[in-house]
Amino acid sequence: MDFNYLSTILFLPAAGAIIIAFISSRNEKAIKWTAFIFTAVPLVLAIYLFCAFDRSLSAAGTIQFEEKYLWIAPLSAHYHLGVDGLSMPLVLLTAFLGFLAVLISWKIHERPREYFAWLLLLETSIIGVFASLDLLLFFIMWEIEVIPMYFLISIWGSGRRDYSAIKYVLYTLFGSAFMLAGILSLYFTTGSLSMPDIANQGLGMVQAIMPAGAIFWLLFIGFAIKLPMFPFHTWLPDAHTDAPTAVSVMLAGVLIKMGGYGMIRLCVFMFPGPAQDYAQLLIILALIGILYGAAVTLMQTDIKRMIAYSSISHMGYVLLGIFALGQVSLTGAALQMFSHGVVTGLLFAMAGLVIHNIETRDLRQLGGLARQVPTMTVVFSVAGLASLGLPLTSGFAAEFLIFLGSFNSGVVPNIEIYTLIAVVGVVLTAGYILWLIQQAFYGPVNKNFDGVKDADGLEKFYMYVLVAVIMLVGIYPAVLTDVFKLGISPIAGLFGG
Amino acid sequence: MNLHLFVPEITMAAFAVLVILLDLFVRQKAVLRGVSIIGLLAVIGYSLGMWNGISDELPAFIFNSMLAVDNFSLFFKILLAAIAVLVILASADYASKFTRFQGEYYALILLSALGMMLMAAASDLISLYISLELASISLYVLVSFLKDRKSTEASLKYLLLGAIASAVLLYGMALVFGVTGQTQLDAVAASIQSMGLGGLVDNPALLIGIVLMIAGLGFKIAAVPFQMWVPDVYEGAPTPITAYLSVASKAAGFAFILRIFYSAFGMPDWLSQNWGMIFAVLAVFSMFIGNIVAIPQTNIKRMLGYSSIAQAGYLMVGLATLGFASAGAIAGQSTILFFLASYTVTNLGAFIVVIAISNKINSDNIEDYSGMGKRSPVLALALTLCLVSLIGMPPAAGFMAKFYIFSAAVQQDLIWLVVIAVINSVISAYYYLRVVKVMWFGEPATPENVPSTVAPRVALIISCLFVLLLGIIPGQLMKLAEIAGKIFGG
Repeated sequence: MDFNYLSTILFLPAAGAIIIAFISSRNEKAIKWTAFIFTAVPLVLAIYLFCAFDRSLSAAGTIQFEEKYLWIAPLSAHYHLGVDGLSMPLVLLTAFLGFLAVLISWKIHERPREYFAWLLLLETSIIGVFASLDLLLFFIMWEIEVIPMYFLISIWGSGRRDYSAIKYVLYTLFGSAFMLAGILSLYFTTGSLSMPDIANQGLGMVQAIMPAGAIFWLLFIGFAIKLPMFPFHTWLPDAHTDAPTAVSVMLAGVLIKMGGYGMIRLCVFMFPGPAQDYAQLLIILALIGILYGAAVTLMQTDIKRMIAYSSISHMGYVLLGIFALGQVSLTGAALQMFSHGVVTGLLFAMAGLVIHNIETRDLRQLGGLARQVPTMTVVFSVAGLASLGLPLTSGFAAEFLIFLGSFNSGVVPNIEIYTLIAVVGVVLTAGYILWLIQQAFYGPVNKNFDGVKDADGLEKFYMYVLVAVIMLVGIYPAVLTDVFKLGISPIAGLFGG
Repeated sequence: MNLHLFVPEITMAAFAVLVILLDLFVRQKAVLRGVSIIGLLAVIGYSLGMWNGISDELPAFIFNSMLAVDNFSLFFKILLAAIAVLVILASADYASKFTRFQGEYYALILLSALGMMLMAAASDLISLYISLELASISLYVLVSFLKDRKSTEASLKYLLLGAIASAVLLYGMALVFGVTGQTQLDAVAASIQSMGLGGLVDNPALLIGIVLMIAGLGFKIAAVPFQMWVPDVYEGAPTPITAYLSVASKAAGFAFILRIFYSAFGMPDWLSQNWGMIFAVLAVFSMFIGNIVAIPQTNIKRMLGYSSIAQAGYLMVGLATLGFASAGAIAGQSTILFFLASYTVTNLGAFIVVIAISNKINSDNIEDYSGMGKRSPVLALALTLCLVSLIGMPPAAGFMAKFYIFSAAVQQDLIWLVVIAVINSVISAYYYLRVVKVMWFGEPATPENVPSTVAPRVALIISCLFVLLLGIIPGQLMKLAEIAGKIFGG
């Protein structure tokens, strides 16, 4: 590879952040356009990589666009980037949402210089998590993400933002504490920090320092908190609710996907044995997450909090798909991560818009907005329907694959029953989504909201782009599943799937 | 006599005397600062030359095997001299507060640095003790330099507790001498070897001696339960001296421990695992108590004091690793050295900001840092970077240091200790981030910014640069630390 595409995608946002730091904070326009350019170019590059990605079946399990340089000799750590079928769409998703986040933030006027610098740094660290193939680099990127999030939530957030921000930080650090211990044990068990090497050569490389099951759990806790899996989910509603809109979009859209990605990439791929042993337990936790998340969502009256809780339920599907351990279910889980990223991203963007234009976030006070803000109503409804998994939307494709794949996987005992229970979650989802839309947009027209603004041109632009992606993936999921499959098939192969 | 091996120490002593003499004639006290720094830079330069130039002569012993000249002691000579340079630079504004004794201030810093350098080089119980006293007595005086109530109280506490610690250490040494009949460290090791495992188990005096030495040294490195002096002394001492204490005294203490425990008590495995376990337990207590008590602190110097207790805990994870490693293996030494270096730049960076801010607002209360992000973005950014590094988050040096030291511990099967240590990092995030929060999210009391002069600014830039460098490309220093650590067990 002559040109280091991934490094460019990875570091352009960070470079943008540094440049922004030197622009006078009074020059808001320059700051925003810099942020625009330094997220647009990575997006274009990511789309180019996605198109250039080798989709032939012979490319299954191969790393593409690889870059590898020795970084810290005494630790034999490498600066090692690369994408396979699993990470490529996630890198694309991050670049995509990162770009939209800048557009969504266009109306931020409070301390814009710091805001956009942190936002761009956040994008770099998330792309870094998906693109790193060296455990140390992966962990560093995983940790760096915490700092921008802390500032973004606690300065530009709303409500109990201080509390939410520190809670987010402590939860994440607590999880990464175990993850670090897991990565270190993995390092000394295998003598390598290279993720592909460890996955390919298995754990038998050197004598085991500790049982594989223990390392599995150390790593898993970190990812479970991020996903979030029940019972580690309590940071999520607070952080999502109090974060500024664009940050909620990033948080729900890509940040929590780091958890699912890590589970597939590290836990399942490197520890097929323990993954299979504990699959039943984890699937039960997934079911609790699905049903409990959905039930709690039904109780919410705050529009953002509602979407936040629905994420817990949706991530339960991801967890189910992952630990059903079948080729189709894993592909479905990966697709669900992408789909949830776009759909919930759109929902949060819309909720932000409602809060910004109508200045209330309490569902009980909203109502009858369909007349006053028709565009928002239509888009919000589409996003809602995608969230509940209506056919022709990405949500349907993803959930269908998860249910189908889980039911047929045959790797985990009793999986058929678990799958049937999970399907109940869809009913609950339909319940809260329809209630949300009905409560906010339909019913008698409320005179108080006469004259509120509908979406303007910029907002329409990013809304329509997101809707287009949702529909595209819903109608033709192969655009993504063909890529995911290449990354998933070597993993599913471990379980004979 | 290979006197050229002793040039760094001679230079230090000569410059200390020179500074005192010049103080009599020179009106412009800044000259004294310049002279001290020139002396220290000469020491750094000469030591670097020795590292590269005469590596075939090393390791060498001088003065009847009282002192060892090897890469390990050179590493600490360079580190300690660098600390002294940064502290003197950081004192520039602060020292002008002293109406008298500016010459003595710089001379005492040089002398204590000399004592600490000798601590790192000493290879005999007697020279170890003498160098420790040289370092300590200079520090007692430095702590009292403000001559106000708090400073005097701090100094008295430090003196009394320090004297007790020294006595305990000396008693431990006496017991070790009594059992082995030797003071030279290698000879002590040989004597212990000849006793055999049975002889060791039958001889509790040796173990008691070792435990007493740990107690005495625990005082130096501020390990729980010998940490009582830390918060008061840190609060009361002149802030540059607090910075100096927190890094130099700790570095020298760990150099001392590494040298004595590895050279004299490194074998047999039974013995080293015993003291390894003691350090592991002390590490656990230091981390928990340091971090938890730091949470409610309102004075930033006290908070950093407790934080330094916790940091000593992380370092002792390295010592425990050393104890559990099988005899002769290279494990953990280099990680401790790397951690010390990165902790040094980080903590000094933090203290330099504290000094600059307290010069302006005359307060060390965390509340008064409110809105510092608006008043002085550069200082606030530097302090944020240092605090992030103290938490142990990338991309700062603290992360690499912790990763390196914990990785060695995992290698010795100490995963439980690592999990406790990492969870402690999470606890620490809470109080470090509180300062960050106050600085960036609080409203400034006045819009005035905080001025600083060139010298502290240079020191701050150097520290922060190294915090980032060691965090992003740590390979080079890790390699040097490995060479320095190799003298044990090589």
